Amino acid sequence: MSAAAPAGAQPPRASANVCQAASCLAMGSAQVCRALEAEVAAAGLDDVAVRRVGCLGLCAAGPLVEVPEQGRIFERVLPGDPSSREGLLASLKGEARGGRPVASDPFFSRQVKVVLERCGTVDPENIDDYLATGGYEALAKVAGSMSPDEVTSEVVKSGLRGRGGAGYPTGLKWRTVAKEAGAAGKFVVCNADEGDPGAFMDRSVMESSPHQVLEGMAIAGYAVGANRGYVYVRAEYPLAAERLALAIRQAERRGYLGARVAGTRFSFHVELRMGAGAYVCGEETALIASIQGERGTPRPRPPYPAASGLWGCPTLINNVETFANVPSIIVRGGEWFASIGTERSKGTKVFSLAGAVKNTGVVEVPMGLTLREIVFDIGGGLAPGRRFKAVQTGGPAGGCLPEELLDMPVDYESLTQAGSMMGSGGMIVMDDTTCMVDVAKFFMDFCRQESCGKCVPCRVGTHEMWRLLDRMTRGVASRWDLEQLESLAGMVRAMSLCGLGQGAPSPVFSTLRYFRDEYVAHIDEHVCPAGSCHMGTAEPAAAGVSPA
Amino acid sequence: MSKPKLATIWLDGCSGCHMSFLDMDELILEVAERADLVYGPLVDAKEFPEGVDVTLVEGAVGSSEDLRKVREVRERTRVLVAFGDCAVTGNVPSLRNPIGPRAVLETVYLEKPTHNAQIPSQLVPELLEEDLPVHAWVPVDVYLTGCPPSAARIYECVKRLLDGEAPETVSEAVAWKFG
Amino acid sequence: MSEVRTLQIDGKDVAARSDETILCAAEENEIHIPTLCHLEGLSDVGACRLCVVEVEGTPKLMAACTTTVEEGMKVTTTSERLVAYRRRAIEMLFVERNHICAVCVANNNCELQAHARNVGLDHFELPLMHPALPVDASHERFVMDHNRCILCTRCVRVCDEVEQAHTWDVAGRGTGARIVSDLGMPWGSSTTCTSCGKCVQVCPTGALFEKGRSISEPKARRPYLPYLVRVKERER
Repeated sequence: MSAAAPAGAQPPRASANVCQAASCLAMGSAQVCRALEAEVAAAGLDDVAVRRVGCLGLCAAGPLVEVPEQGRIFERVLPGDPSSREGLLASLKGEARGGRPVASDPFFSRQVKVVLERCGTVDPENIDDYLATGGYEALAKVAGSMSPDEVTSEVVKSGLRGRGGAGYPTGLKWRTVAKEAGAAGKFVVCNADEGDPGAFMDRSVMESSPHQVLEGMAIAGYAVGANRGYVYVRAEYPLAAERLALAIRQAERRGYLGARVAGTRFSFHVELRMGAGAYVCGEETALIASIQGERGTPRPRPPYPAASGLWGCPTLINNVETFANVPSIIVRGGEWFASIGTERSKGTKVFSLAGAVKNTGVVEVPMGLTLREIVFDIGGGLAPGRRFKAVQTGGPAGGCLPEELLDMPVDYESLTQAGSMMGSGGMIVMDDTTCMVDVAKFFMDFCRQESCGKCVPCRVGTHEMWRLLDRMTRGVASRWDLEQLESLAGMVRAMSLCGLGQGAPSPVFSTLRYFRDEYVAHIDEHVCPAGSCHMGTAEPAAAGVSPA
Repeated sequence: MSKPKLATIWLDGCSGCHMSFLDMDELILEVAERADLVYGPLVDAKEFPEGVDVTLVEGAVGSSEDLRKVREVRERTRVLVAFGDCAVTGNVPSLRNPIGPRAVLETVYLEKPTHNAQIPSQLVPELLEEDLPVHAWVPVDVYLTGCPPSAARIYECVKRLLDGEAPETVSEAVAWKFG
Repeated sequence: MSEVRTLQIDGKDVAARSDETILCAAEENEIHIPTLCHLEGLSDVGACRLCVVEVEGTPKLMAACTTTVEEGMKVTTTSERLVAYRRRAIEMLFVERNHICAVCVANNNCELQAHARNVGLDHFELPLMHPALPVDASHERFVMDHNRCILCTRCVRVCDEVEQAHTWDVAGRGTGARIVSDLGMPWGSSTTCTSCGKCVQVCPTGALFEKGRSISEPKARRPYLPYLVRVKERER
């Protein structure tokens, strides 16, 4: 269903690229597509193509339609409202009116697209679109003319670091797996269990350019000596899974996956595995257990998966975005990639910008841009009359950064130093109506529900911290509760088995570091400065007790 | 100089800790020598007196009356000892917590009796939602675990406190085990 | 092939095989690290976190039972911080379920109770959760009392690794995690349970016990396990 023009015909004069990613589909973009096709036909616009593409970025303003020839993106093109398509149709006829100009609107113009290069330009369900934009060229080049070591060296040169959260150097990881003997085979796993609240970048990439992820995996397989790969995608992403499954079939049929990749002796088979709704399965050892059909709980490391992963074999695990970066690195070279970003954080980072910001959606920026540029230039700032309070990055293991840090560059080290982390790329903007104690409570509630229950500090500690935060938001906590909270947070961070428990206290630490006065107000004055907590009546010193 | 005032009180417990207290044999004479026993199940005083130096609180806090008493005791006592596992952890009385007081009352007074089944409502204190250890309601200075604590440890605890030793070091010295 | 490694544990120079864990090396040198989910004869999972130690050069605390020794490693098994954290972990185990030592079949033979005593835990700062939990007495000979379970998974491992029946497993998550038999069916109706009783023997608390036992009766005969494992290995 790609280019409407039949083969051999003139390329279309104008096209309407209709976003078919999850959020626009939810707003009816499939119907919009059909309505547009009918309207275009009715208007006799034979030289206009209506195309189905991936994510156009401004997710909250969907359904989105882009007319690339005019450089305009139209928002809220609703299926049941023909008037919402007037500007769009005029634009398709050649009039420059309506919509948002891509070239001058900072939401678009400030972005640098490497991972999202093909998002919104190719039909995710059509391998021809991907091939037409240079897709699988990198894989063919790698398998046909490069040694595995050369591939790894290129990735090392690029300075790419893991985009799943921790920022471990990707090339180093590949090299480690490549060095392992792996007599019984090796595996490549794509971690697509994106679960941080407010994070939807990986979903967008998988729904918009699934082949790019698969190509990255196959290149990795070649580099480390693996012939089998798994994409572990969460079941809450049915569309991403469907498109990946379709992409795997198409790529196998065209000879880019399976036996004899791109006509070479390298073989690489990819299978999908669905997560069953456990956040902890994004932790690599739990993910491995889950793929093996076991209960998805983490185990202590070392041994790291690079040495002993799936079924005890050396296993390379990277995140969706990491793999999606790889084809470009191969085609354009590691040096090109390293020229983007900062000294220690190379390339770009995809963020899902959400919360109290005007432009909600998926954005890709060079590393080192400041938070202010992302929130105010690209994000368009806050709603009129609202004041910026904090931006949350890094998910449940990240932290809340205050206004004073808005001019901080976004890179791995700066974020960690500020008490947050890069994480997978969720970025939630909060305004003055958000209570920071309540935010800490929200994330702790998330962690306590997602704790697998294997180790004691996480299982009980997250529950206890949530309880203390709950008392604070109800105005019944004392200074003693605050002491307990801080003591528990330190213990849970140090004692927990995996990243979930070790990271769970982070939102507490960061909100205490930057917004301690809000905690104090809840405790000493029984007042919520943001006005969002419902303060109850006093309770006895002990928790869970109903007053006599 | 007058002798230090010692009191004991029995809340939601089985009185086993008081039995163990009496089990001190002749040492109880020494305690009687060292302190004035001003209040307790063994003493005929109706009001909990002011200015008590050491109070042993047996039992968990299970009813509104327990709560009133423990608050009064706390106000009028310098060193409060959570005396035995019920006072320290809730122990056996707290077994009702997972099901709540209503279910307990219904089982005991409505389902089991063969005649005149009714939940008593007059002259009996109301049960609290949860049966909790003493320190859930008021600050405790010394924790004396055991079900019951042995007579030797009770003696050790009381003697040290009467000697004026700091509650923290007494707590450490008499720490033993639950159960 | 294992080689010899030399390392320091609490300032003491010790030698260990390269495939040994820190816990193993410490035990051989009479340095005792508290453990709860660990049991000789079973695989290690590092779940209870009591055996965490400080390793010089690593910011993270490492579980001694799952970390293998390395040349030149400097390990600290006892520090103010470790003692406080372990004490907290033990307290957490007590408050999350309904541990009433006085009326427990394992009273005076309980590893959790012993740990509390060893660290001088004389009360709980954390509030008790008092969850409503079932007791599965459907098995002819044994009882599973979830009120006393600390999720150490020794039963799961002994059933899987030694008896090889895999009757036990874990279900649920967080504080809602439970040991289950046969995918959540009552133990008595299990078609995989061989009634061997190994799980009862390895249980560190009174969660698993033989019917007819009353309070404070010695129940567990744990040291038999390594012998059993060795016999099994020889059979194979």
